[in-house]
Amino acid sequence: MKFPVRLPAGFPARRSARTAAPIAALVVAVLTATACAPQTSDNSGGTDEKSGTLRVWLFQEVANEPKEKVVEATVDAFEKAHEGTKVEVEYIPVETRAQKIKAAFNDPKSAPDLMEYGNTDTAGYVKDGGLADVTQEFTDWNEAKDTDPTARQSVTVDGKIYGAPFFVGVRALYYRTDVFKELDLEVPKTQSELISTAKEIRQAKPELYGLAVGGAFTYGAMPFVWSNGGEIAEGKGGSYAATIDSAAAQKGIKAYTSLFGDDNCPAAKCASMGGNDTITAFASGKAGMAIGGDFNHQAVEAGSVKGKYAVVPLPGLKSGEIAPAFAGGNNIGVLKSTSHRTLAVDLMKQLASKKTQGELFDAMGFLPTYSDVRADVAKKEPFVEPFVQTLGAGTKFVPASPAWAEIDASLVLPTMFQEIVSGKKDVAAASKDAATKMNAVFSSAG
Amino acid sequence: MKRMTDGASPQRRGGTVVTRKAPAGGGPAAGSPGGATASPGPARGGDRVRGAGVPGRKSRPGGGGWAPWLYLAPALVVIGGLLVYPVYQLGLISFLEYTQAQVSGGEPTTFQGFGNYATLFGDEQFWQVLLATVVFAAACVVSTLAVGCALAVLLTRVRALPRLALMLAALGAWATPAITGSTVWLLLFDPDFGPVNRMLGLGDHSWTYGRYSAFALVLLEVVWCSFPFVMVTVYAGIRAVPGEVLEAAALDGASQWRIWRSVLAPMLRPILVVVTIQSVIWDFKVFTQIYVMTNGGGIAGQNLVLNVYAYQKAFASSQYSLGSAIGVVMLLILLAVTLVYLRLLRRQGEEL
Repeated sequence: MKFPVRLPAGFPARRSARTAAPIAALVVAVLTATACAPQTSDNSGGTDEKSGTLRVWLFQEVANEPKEKVVEATVDAFEKAHEGTKVEVEYIPVETRAQKIKAAFNDPKSAPDLMEYGNTDTAGYVKDGGLADVTQEFTDWNEAKDTDPTARQSVTVDGKIYGAPFFVGVRALYYRTDVFKELDLEVPKTQSELISTAKEIRQAKPELYGLAVGGAFTYGAMPFVWSNGGEIAEGKGGSYAATIDSAAAQKGIKAYTSLFGDDNCPAAKCASMGGNDTITAFASGKAGMAIGGDFNHQAVEAGSVKGKYAVVPLPGLKSGEIAPAFAGGNNIGVLKSTSHRTLAVDLMKQLASKKTQGELFDAMGFLPTYSDVRADVAKKEPFVEPFVQTLGAGTKFVPASPAWAEIDASLVLPTMFQEIVSGKKDVAAASKDAATKMNAVFSSAG
Repeated sequence: MKRMTDGASPQRRGGTVVTRKAPAGGGPAAGSPGGATASPGPARGGDRVRGAGVPGRKSRPGGGGWAPWLYLAPALVVIGGLLVYPVYQLGLISFLEYTQAQVSGGEPTTFQGFGNYATLFGDEQFWQVLLATVVFAAACVVSTLAVGCALAVLLTRVRALPRLALMLAALGAWATPAITGSTVWLLLFDPDFGPVNRMLGLGDHSWTYGRYSAFALVLLEVVWCSFPFVMVTVYAGIRAVPGEVLEAAALDGASQWRIWRSVLAPMLRPILVVVTIQSVIWDFKVFTQIYVMTNGGGIAGQNLVLNVYAYQKAFASSQYSLGSAIGVVMLLILLAVTLVYLRLLRRQGEEL
């Protein structure tokens, strides 16, 4: 009502004339900008130069020096064998690898020719168009025949191979020998014994967690699901459907989540813990048992429980059974954008060779991906015996679908476990929700 | 200022009683007649401008129209490059299927129309997160303003030494980077090693386990790191208020609270408006505190706010297009809140 009074008669016309120019300018700007759609990079590589500089990205481990030494020796030998070739190795931090690798896919010019990557990321990276298909070279490689089937599966997507397995990692049960002796406990042989032993420890020693568990520790929880016959998802003709809400899976989820509570690991603390937190608790003497990997050996040795612990395979449902473990580990792959494909594939074979893997085991404790090399090292180092047994008993892997990276990143499974242990939802409702979320991702990304 | 003197002159005649009794009403009351008398003012001015402008136009067509834009051009170019273009890209991406596979060229980019928005609005979690964000931001804004204003008034009341101490403490909190502040607060409230639990005798109570206690903890940290801005700004405003006004109110026997409500707050209104809008925008976009203190959104995502949710969609899951859609929705909400707020103020006769 105020406007007509306040404005002089000629004002609206003048104003429109004044605003017309900038509006026109804006329209022109928008039209020009429309040409600049969000960028898409070209990862096709193209050339295959036979000399020059090869760039390699490997993960930076906690104590990285021994790894560097082994890699250096391998690289030196490679450089000698290939005249005019230089290899630059860069160690990238594990925590920020996702961003770095994404950036490498987005900007092929700054990308390496060869990189180490976590085996659960294989399918996602393939979908992103970042990894080169090396099926032909891998099949022709004589050492690859001894690669164990789970490791081979972890580099395979839709029947094609996208790299070479570098090492494997599995988890088993760490327990405190001194606590077991003091309380006169037997090493648990079945899953129900494991749960009751955990609670006995907590009852006798309330300052300890019986078995350190974590709501965000997916790979510590999955053996419970797998040993009960459940699966995360099942593949049907290349596409996956979630089965985490099946009756068998729910039984396993119930078993694992029963460990959260004041009688073992209080939910207020343990719901937010991840795998590393449970190992830290065990290494600092705050837990009677923990589910840890061969790769956690050094961390536990460095803790206050050194010399007071032992490791056995995680028991399954029946006595003598071993709960299927998640087959973790890393692979080495050639990037699709490389301009030195032949050289890069060659270096990949050298880094993932039986010889290098054997040396890496001595240096870092990484379990080799070749069945025969693994059997050899188990004889040398009795510590890895339970892990090798676990690998031998059969391991499981995450769904080899590009959707997995997204499911993993959006924390579907940790959310499910946390909802149950914090009492927000019961097992049936939480697992059904998790399955719904997973299926949505499978159908959009699969 | 001209308007104020115009409006004030007839009121002075009205009597001294009125000015004393209702200084609070004085602002708007003096404003509305001012507005009424002002209306012929610009009209007159407009006539004058037009009178001068028309012949000028005839001799140099368009010259006067373009000159201001020429001067504004550098600023517009910067704003266009740094603000308009990114927002335009954000909007564009939100209409596409744009994930890591599209960025690195594994799959072609496709147009989705409102597909991303449909996914977003169909997601039950989005609405929960939106509600949590609105309530949390509102609580943060109210608490920050209350604490900041109270301490600003306190600053004018205490002696030099305590004032210096309070200023330094506040500036320290202000200067602390959000990550550091969050980490320190988390450590203070740590269930195992935190001094707070030890002092209160709470044993190993976990503050981040419950949804509300986790939000409350983050709220404390947000207030702690954003009240200094409010405090310093309002304190500067209070200092600019003429002493005799406060003295007059005190002589009339007004209490501290009454002085604040009826004298200071109306006089500081422009400052409070800026501070409130700032706080709304900051607290609605809070990210670091939630991300650090609740470990990326709390147990089972119970402490997610929109910004962290957008981050998890856009970067953790590489769904850049869905993350952009969340960004656009946030932008629209903030624009709407700010515009409605400014509009309300305008109606009350205040101009920023």
